[in-house]
Amino acid sequence: MTSAAAKPSPPSGGRGLGEGGAQGAYAHDTGYNFAYLDESTKRMIRRAILKGVAIPGHQVPFGSREMPLPYGWGTGGIQVTASILGPSDVLKVIDQGADDTTNAVSIRAFFRRVAGVATTERTAEATVIQTRHRIPERQLTEGQILVYQVPMPEPLFRLEARVAETKRMHALADYGLMHVKLYEDIARHGHIATSYNYPVMVDGRYLMSPSPIPAFDNPKMDRMPALQLFGAGREKRIYAVPPYTAVRSLDFEDHPFRPIRAPHACALCGSRESYLDEVITDDRGGKIFVCSDTDYCTERQATKAAAE
Amino acid sequence: MSPLLSARGLELRFGRIAALDGVDLDIWPGEVVAIVGESGSGKTTLLRVLSGLAAPDAGSVIFDGQDVLGMNEAARRHLMRTQWGFVHQNPRDGLRMGVSAGGNIGERLMATGARHYGNIRAAAADWLRRVEIDPERLDALPRTFSGGMQQRLQIARTLVTHPRLVFMDEPTGGLDVSVQARLLDLIRALVAELGLSVLLVTHDIAAARLLAHRILVMRHGQVVEQGLTDRVLDDPQHPYTQLLVTSVLAA
Ligand SMILES: Nc1ncnc2c1ncn2[C@@H]1O[C@H](COP(=O)(O)OP(=O)(O)O)[C@@H](O)[C@H]1O
Ligand SMILES: [Mg+2]
Ligand SMILES: [Zn+2]
Repeated sequence: MTSAAAKPSPPSGGRGLGEGGAQGAYAHDTGYNFAYLDESTKRMIRRAILKGVAIPGHQVPFGSREMPLPYGWGTGGIQVTASILGPSDVLKVIDQGADDTTNAVSIRAFFRRVAGVATTERTAEATVIQTRHRIPERQLTEGQILVYQVPMPEPLFRLEARVAETKRMHALADYGLMHVKLYEDIARHGHIATSYNYPVMVDGRYLMSPSPIPAFDNPKMDRMPALQLFGAGREKRIYAVPPYTAVRSLDFEDHPFRPIRAPHACALCGSRESYLDEVITDDRGGKIFVCSDTDYCTERQATKAAAE
Repeated sequence: MSPLLSARGLELRFGRIAALDGVDLDIWPGEVVAIVGESGSGKTTLLRVLSGLAAPDAGSVIFDGQDVLGMNEAARRHLMRTQWGFVHQNPRDGLRMGVSAGGNIGERLMATGARHYGNIRAAAADWLRRVEIDPERLDALPRTFSGGMQQRLQIARTLVTHPRLVFMDEPTGGLDVSVQARLLDLIRALVAELGLSVLLVTHDIAAARLLAHRILVMRHGQVVEQGLTDRVLDDPQHPYTQLLVTSVLAA
């Protein structure tokens, strides 16, 4: 699955490489194989990805490799990214919506070095976006792939500790237990209190963990034009949601799923649609709400400034 | 009319022990059948084989025209959560101890597609009432319940989807005598009201007399005597049954 063979070409209308937010393609460090992993490992991971795409939402085991980053840094996502990256790809890495955290910066630098690919902070320019904890606010396109870093792929693990039993539940689509959990939420809190990692049904068949994104992002997964890939390094699982696949958040008829955001406008761009982070502004308890998606926010501020 | 459940020629060995040694059994719609016998006679093994939880070395089990032993796991689990119920001796095996009473009762409803919280909750409260637990305890955890209440909760959780056949393995096993009597009364009333078929495993002859229409006496994996409850208990033919009945009288 090199980008030329198996992935649609980069989105049109994007900016040329090396301009604006993008850092142009580098010659990759020839001390490593392209994108770090050896070719047979990449083929093994691509087979797992293809299997995942063929069975949307189903967790496929794969032989997770040691990566030069500790678990918890997204080694599953990194292995997926390494296996799908081609030389002409443009990579964006986000962590809690931001491109400038240590985690995001290190992963970008890693792939610039070992694959020589261009990187960007702009959602619109990226062909591959590796993410932890968020889905970009901007609607993704058919030309893009979203790679999620997943700490725990099994949505039932807190409810059923026996792995063999969770496998059986998936095999038989026996998901009553997940609804018991939501029932308990409502009985205890009056509403479904799960605000992250909110379980979804993929294509009406498999129960899936969306990774620890806010429930606010769940609706973006539904019939997304981009391919969504999920990599869990420590747990050695890959799963996928192909483009335009139905992804439904579990709920009850009389307690329908509601994507929750803080009821404020972004202090920087004024958005009332985006997911907000609370930011402490001084040591006297002052705080403001700003977009968690920095690219989205920056773009809106630029548009506003240009209009004035 | 044909039997709801019908087993023929069941055999199962564990090494040198014949846990089931040529067992035949029929249960008719609305019938309560007790399996009695001392510890180790094969009662639990029989229950597990009849409900498809364990595979026998030989024999057949037919439920409502379906071959239980030949069906795939998906079909068997479907039977388990729709047509069948299982009441375990130890409530820990039959309840989710970390889930509220309401969630425990609602689980089978949700597993069979119920998606209206208010309706599930109303059904759970109704079933608490039917098993004589205060509906105020709907959100309480089972571990705050007494042993007898836990067993009644397990029964509510099992019966909420109106199964046709309920397997009960020593349902009054670990309980005080006075609590046992109350539970047996409750089971008797519910079974009559719902027209359930029940396969009751017990070593308690008094429980069998109270609940069962028919009794099978097991020993060393074989059914040594069977018949209508009163006939077997009042006029036992097999020496082992005679021993069982008199040891109860002596106790
Ligand atoms: N899983 C097993 N492995 C080995 N032996 C077993 C197993 N289950 C039951 N047995 C043996 O089979 C016989 C019947 O056991 P069981 O059906 O539990 O009897 P009961 O329920 O009447 O007390 C006993 O001798 C028991 O030790
Ligand atoms: Mg037993
Ligand atoms: Zn903003």
